[in-house]
Parts: sequence; C-alpha cells; structure tokens
Amino acid sequence: MRLPAYFGVHAAPSPWMGRLLVIAPFVLLIAVYLVASHLRLSENPDDKILPSLAQMADAVDRLAFTRDPRSDEFVMLQDTLSSLKRLALGIGLAAASGLLLGMNMALFPGMGITLIGIVTFISIIPPLAILPILFITFGVDELAKVMLIFLGTFPLITRDIYGTVKAMPREQLTKALTLGADELQLVYRIVLPQVMPRLIDTVRLTLGGGWLFLIASEAIASTDGLGYRIFLVRRYLAMDVIIPYVLWITFLGYSIDWSLRQILQRRYRWYQS
Amino acid sequence: MAEQPRTGTDGANPARATGTPRLLVENVYKRYGARTVLDNIDLSVASGELCTVVGPSGCGKSTLLRIVVGQEGATDGKVLIDGEPVRLPDASRGIVYQKYSLYPHLTALENVLLGKVLEHPFYRSRSAVAAHRDEAMELLARARIAEHADKYPHELSGGMQQRVAIAQTLIKRPRIVLMDEPFGALDPGVREEMQVLLLQLWETYKMTVFFVTHDLEEAVYLGTRVLVLSQYYTDDRGPAAGTDRGARIVADHALPRCALPTVVKSAPEFNDLVLRIRHEGFDPGYLRHVRDFNLEHPDAFQTLTPEEDGRATGRSTV
Repeated sequence: MRLPAYFGVHAAPSPWMGRLLVIAPFVLLIAVYLVASHLRLSENPDDKILPSLAQMADAVDRLAFTRDPRSDEFVMLQDTLSSLKRLALGIGLAAASGLLLGMNMALFPGMGITLIGIVTFISIIPPLAILPILFITFGVDELAKVMLIFLGTFPLITRDIYGTVKAMPREQLTKALTLGADELQLVYRIVLPQVMPRLIDTVRLTLGGGWLFLIASEAIASTDGLGYRIFLVRRYLAMDVIIPYVLWITFLGYSIDWSLRQILQRRYRWYQS
Repeated sequence: MAEQPRTGTDGANPARATGTPRLLVENVYKRYGARTVLDNIDLSVASGELCTVVGPSGCGKSTLLRIVVGQEGATDGKVLIDGEPVRLPDASRGIVYQKYSLYPHLTALENVLLGKVLEHPFYRSRSAVAAHRDEAMELLARARIAEHADKYPHELSGGMQQRVAIAQTLIKRPRIVLMDEPFGALDPGVREEMQVLLLQLWETYKMTVFFVTHDLEEAVYLGTRVLVLSQYYTDDRGPAAGTDRGARIVADHALPRCALPTVVKSAPEFNDLVLRIRHEGFDPGYLRHVRDFNLEHPDAFQTLTPEEDGRATGRSTV
C-alpha cells in the first residue's frame, strides 16, 4: 500500500521532503518581504518601513562590527551582554528559588499549606502591572529589571515543581525511608536529582516569559540592552536596526533552548522515557 | 479500647510465647471515617517465616501492610517489630511494591547501592559506592540480573525490575521484608520464575517475609504460613454491626517450612488447601463465627472483645 506523501492523516513525507517542507514557509516569508520591500523602495528610496537586505547589513555592520565613536564599544555586543546578564540572573534566581520552594512545599505538608496560597496569589498578579512598583522600590538600575523577570517566572516554576513532586508516587518516599534515608536526604538525594530535568524543561518554557519581561523593563528604563535599543531606534522608524535585532533575539532564544535540550539528552538519558 | 478485657480463644497469649516474635500485631483497627477496614487484627510472625496474606480484593491486605511499614497509622492497637513499637518507616523494615520500588534516575546497580550510599554523607558517595559495589553486584547476581546492572529501570522488563527491587531491599538486611503483591503485574511464566527466585533468596538470606497477595495459589505455594484476611465472617455483635464489620484473620494455616519445586502446584493436597482457603475467605455466603476460625498455626492467637464474643463476658484472661 502506498501512503500519500502529504495529504491526509496517513501522510508519510519522505525525509528529504520533510526538510524541504520545514524550510518552505521561511523561504516564502523572506520572498514576500523582499518583493514588498523592493516595491516600496522603488517607489520611494527614502522609505524606512521595509528596508532592503543591504540597508539591514549596513546597520548590522555599524552596530555589531564597528566601535561606537562615543562609547568606544561594540553596541550590539554590549546590548547582548547586558540583556543576557539580566535574563540569566532573573531566570537563575527564579529557577533556584522555585526548585527549593516547590520541592519543600510538596514534601513538607506544613510548608505546603503555609505557602501554596501566597505563591498562587503572586503567580496571578500580572508582573507588568507591578512594574512601576518595582521601579519605585528597587530603583531604575539592574535590580528592578532582574526582579521583574524573577517575579514573572518564579511562581510558575515553583508551582510546576510542586506539582511534579506531589505527583511522585508515595511509595518512592516510603521506600527511601526504609532504605535508611532521613528527611533531608529524602529531599536532596532522592527527590532533587529526579526533578532536575523537569526543572530544565520548566525553565525552557518560562524563558519565553523571561524575554518578554526583560524587553519590557529595558524599554521603559535602561541605558543599554537589546530591548532598550529596539525601543530607542523606534523613534526614528529605524526598521533596518529593529529587524536584525529581533532576528538576533530569536536566535539567542533558540540557542539557549537548544543548549538546555542538549543537557537533557546527554545528562538525563532516563528522563526522556 | 486497648484496656478492655479480652479472651484468648486459642490460649496462646503472645506475651507467654517463647521468644519475642519478629512481628507482632495486636488489636489493630483501621477506620476511615465510619468505615472499618481492619477489625481487631491479631497476628504474630516468628523470625524466618515466609508468611503470606491472602484475601478478597479490597479486604485491607495492603492497608495492613502499610500499617506495618509505618506509611499509615493504625486507628488503634499496636504493632511491634522484635518487641519495639513501629513508628515511621525506617531501615528495620524493607518493602517491595508491585511498582515504583526503583528510582528512575538510577541504574539497577545504583538502585541497589542506594541503601548503602545513604549511610554516608553526600560528599563521600563515591567512596561509598566503591566500598559496597561488590556486595551490590553479589546481590544482583543472586537475583540473576547482574548482566543488566548498568541499565536504567525503564530499560528493564517488569520481572527484571522486581529482581532489582528485591536486591535493593536486601542490601539493608531488614529484619522483615514486606512485599505488596510484588509479582501481581507479571506474566504467569515470569511470575513463577520470580516465586522460585524469592524462595531461593529466602533460604540463602534467612529472610523473614510478610507477603501480601490476592493470588491464592501463590500464597499457598510460597508461604510457610498462610493468613486469610476476610470480611466474610460473623460474631456476637449482631446485625447492627454488620455494615461496620472490617476484615480480620479468619484462618491461619501452617505449611511446610521448606522451599518446594513448582510441581507441587499440581498435587492434590495443594489444590485441596487452595479450595479450602477459597471457601474460608472468599465466599461471601460462608460466614463462620469468630469463635470457630480455623487458626491452626501454633503462633496464631486471637483476642475478642465481649461484644464480639457474647459468651465470654467477664471471662477475661488478660
């Protein structure tokens, strides 16, 4: 029996066709852009909305590969480092506290009852709504930005780890005690290694929100960063900078996700099953 | 309730028995709200026994086991291991479940080593592994699973996982090994292999085993003693108590204290006993009075409250 190549629930695209199909939408999108850009620019060479590839390459060269005359720095590199530092700090703190809180809340009922209400409450507050509070409380420096990312992501991580540990079979915990584990060993030597890969998965999911909060806080009050740059040049309709920056952010996000996936596959072989 | 007068119908008061029993369960009740699951359970298991517990599904076998391991508390009564009351789960009692006994993030060998590694602080894990590796491998070899020592649980079949789980429990040399339907999820052929393996390990390591199963043939084949737990009985509490009557031990059979080949499963005496237990414990229409239970094992004892045994009021022997 021959299965259809593309249509229907039984479709079985061949490997090379699969690869082609993955690329097709990208090619289409780029083609549409190039055509539209060409049409607009041929009508008005000063149009800024849909810059040509050459104009974008120009902007990238200016921002990424030549030192800024005023600060004597590579602007794009500086923006990237600042943003990644904020993101890493915020998500890192959220992951560490979410892991510890979630695990201990799930294993110690007293702690769970005490904290689950407040964590749920915090998780429902829209983080952007309290952004002004953060700027007022923590100043307009790094701390407020890191706090926004932290507050936006740690309740989700906590609740996810809490749910994961709660769902672990009770037998496993009893079993550990019969093997001589005390309560601390139960938490840090039996449960912790088992939730580590889940934590990585949860971080992968919360990174999307992390980027959102990063760019929002940089847009409002900052002197560098990827979000700052995008919102700065927005005033001059500098799409030739914005588009490469967006692509660069997407690439960074994808690379981080890919690296985390690699860690999962190499270090936590047992987790995939 | 603990202080009320009781009568020993078999005349064997556990306190007078020679030597302290390995496991002693006395006057244990378990109630969930208004529902009584375990109703005045008395039993005493000597060291070295392979004691199986059978009963209709839902009669509270697993509840009894969870009380012995300490995962759940009894509503009333006492549970002693070597004369000491049990509290929360600890290394004195090992347990093998039907599943979830193994940790998915550890290989078979690491699962077996866990009991030893946990005796050392985490920064000495490496040396603990080195020190106990041979012992763990020996146990895995005895459980005939050594060639899969470096595989993760998800890479092993159900029977292999249970082999590792038994080795994992044995490395702590618990005073009693509790087993909760450990072979319940296995195919018949594998199941029989595991039964033979358990008997071999029981003989080698002089284990004391408390084995809960719903499979009568398994219970009779493995056990040196079969306890029948059932809610199908009657007593002098009258029909009013009928709805709130929990399971108790309705029969206690002594069996030969040696491992037998699986061919005994087709012997007529074997089948007679299986049929008899099925009648005693699994037939809702057959309600024997508490005074007439078939408690023939020498370690069996029974305490009855005056309500349960109307004739015994005022004849306390405690």
